[in-house]
Amino acid sequence: MKTPSIIALVVFIALFVLHQDVWNWDNAKPVFGFLPVGLAYHAAYSVIAAAFWAIVMKIAWPTKLEQWADESDS
Amino acid sequence: MISLYIIAIYLGALLTFALFSKKFFRGTSTDYFVASRSIGPFMLLMSVFGTTMTAFALVGSTGKAFELGVGTYGLMASSSGLIHAACFLIIGIRLWAIGKRYGYVTQIQFFRARFESNGLGYLLFPILVLLVIPYLLIGVIGASKTIMGLTGGKGPKPGFFPELFESTNGAIPPWITGAVICLVVLCYVFAGGSRAAAWANTFQTLVFMVMGVLAFTLISKALGGLGPAIEQAKASHLVRTPSEHAGVSPVTFFSYMFIPLSVGMFPHLFQHWLTARSAKSFKLTVIAHPLCIMIVWVPCVLIGIWATGQLPPNATPGAVLAMMVGKLIGSPVIIGLVTAGILAAIMSSLDSQFLCLGTMFTNDIVLHGSKKKREDKQILFMARAFIVGIVTLTYLLSLALFKQNVFDLAVWCFSGFAALTPLVIAALYWKRATKAGAYASVIATTVTWIIFFTLSGFGGEYTVFGGVMPVAICWLAGAAAMIIVSLATTPPSKEHIARFFPS
Repeated sequence: MKTPSIIALVVFIALFVLHQDVWNWDNAKPVFGFLPVGLAYHAAYSVIAAAFWAIVMKIAWPTKLEQWADESDS
Repeated sequence: MISLYIIAIYLGALLTFALFSKKFFRGTSTDYFVASRSIGPFMLLMSVFGTTMTAFALVGSTGKAFELGVGTYGLMASSSGLIHAACFLIIGIRLWAIGKRYGYVTQIQFFRARFESNGLGYLLFPILVLLVIPYLLIGVIGASKTIMGLTGGKGPKPGFFPELFESTNGAIPPWITGAVICLVVLCYVFAGGSRAAAWANTFQTLVFMVMGVLAFTLISKALGGLGPAIEQAKASHLVRTPSEHAGVSPVTFFSYMFIPLSVGMFPHLFQHWLTARSAKSFKLTVIAHPLCIMIVWVPCVLIGIWATGQLPPNATPGAVLAMMVGKLIGSPVIIGLVTAGILAAIMSSLDSQFLCLGTMFTNDIVLHGSKKKREDKQILFMARAFIVGIVTLTYLLSLALFKQNVFDLAVWCFSGFAALTPLVIAALYWKRATKAGAYASVIATTVTWIIFFTLSGFGGEYTVFGGVMPVAICWLAGAAAMIIVSLATTPPSKEHIARFFPS
């Protein structure tokens, strides 16, 4: 496995762990006055997940796999 | 009646838009099954997102938040943002590459070739079909119940058509809604296949995303703004602490993370992946999927939480969105638009499922077992005939089971598909995975799933070991069986493996 893929895997595991936000379980405090913190945290989590996948696309894109698939065209 | 006109206009627009794609139909079976692998990034995102979001996207998310509270989003949405995208990248792109290289159009064709076993295909076929059929029923029955709710009597007042439909107190009966929904979907899938489904999905996804946001904006305004709306909600629903009627335990929350893996084994999603023009088309889908989920789910979860302060606690969860729209907005135009959004979410999954079952019957059973070389015209005729048969069967089953609560089956369907993912992961990434390992994995998953399904009373809510979702156990059983049996049996030849693992 190449270094970018290893980094992506480690961050993925960290995100998986961060999904279990036990510290927010009993917290009802609203963020921006209308969003319960349990929901605000996970909404922000969705944005971070999108950013994470955008970085993965940049650093660990399977270029060779694409070439391998395209060989069938030639 | 204005609401019904809006729905009719929506269905007409959908048909026109989807049938326009027929202009690009090339008349070949590859074009019918996988749109000649020509779908670009935006349409791939919309069709994949629309297919994974069922009736659950608008109706279920609101209802579940009304039941469980704020934990619904983390339980079902943010986890999907991470796991779905991982499946698209790790499973989807690799399957697209192999499918393109060898011309596969179904999952079973890939598994048969990878594990050098025809029998594996015959074992998997009924399992996949049986898991898709309840999923189809949920869509058709969900649409019928939505229209019944819209046109039915409110209190002592009868529904829209009291003289025409006495037995339903004036509501449009399920046999009409089911027939209309099935016919509309059948029309464009029959005519244009995969490309028409992708075009229709794009249109439907945009409709249900916009309508969800519209309902959210108008309901919050009616409640006095975002701040006052949340102040009126029940305190028990603002936290995840398990209480009598709300909350979720940390163990259930954790083990629910297995369910989004189901997208890795959905046969209809596999077919959408194969329509991609290039691997690069997946980039937008992987990145934007978590954001699309957020755009649809955050407003719906908030509406569900607000509803706890507006509706009686015994309100039917599936009717919460409609009740909030009806009670707080009341405008027939908005009711019509939101109902159109709900139908869009339902139909964007139905078309892909009908198409994939027709594709599987044609390719995995008839063509696979036949030594006769068939022309494209014959293959297309066969696929279309199967699709008509499946739509008819689904319609009849939806009428027979209309009064049953099939919605609880959704989680069981997802669990079944999710628990089968060790098979596809091993097939794609583990050279040592063997035919016997594949059989053992499928059998172990199926047996454990049947045991838990039976213990649940055939489809009810059920957890084990103090809150663990059964899918976690089924998945681990499938993974363990794959590893143990593969290691105990002769590995496949290097030449064979080289076909599926680019160096």
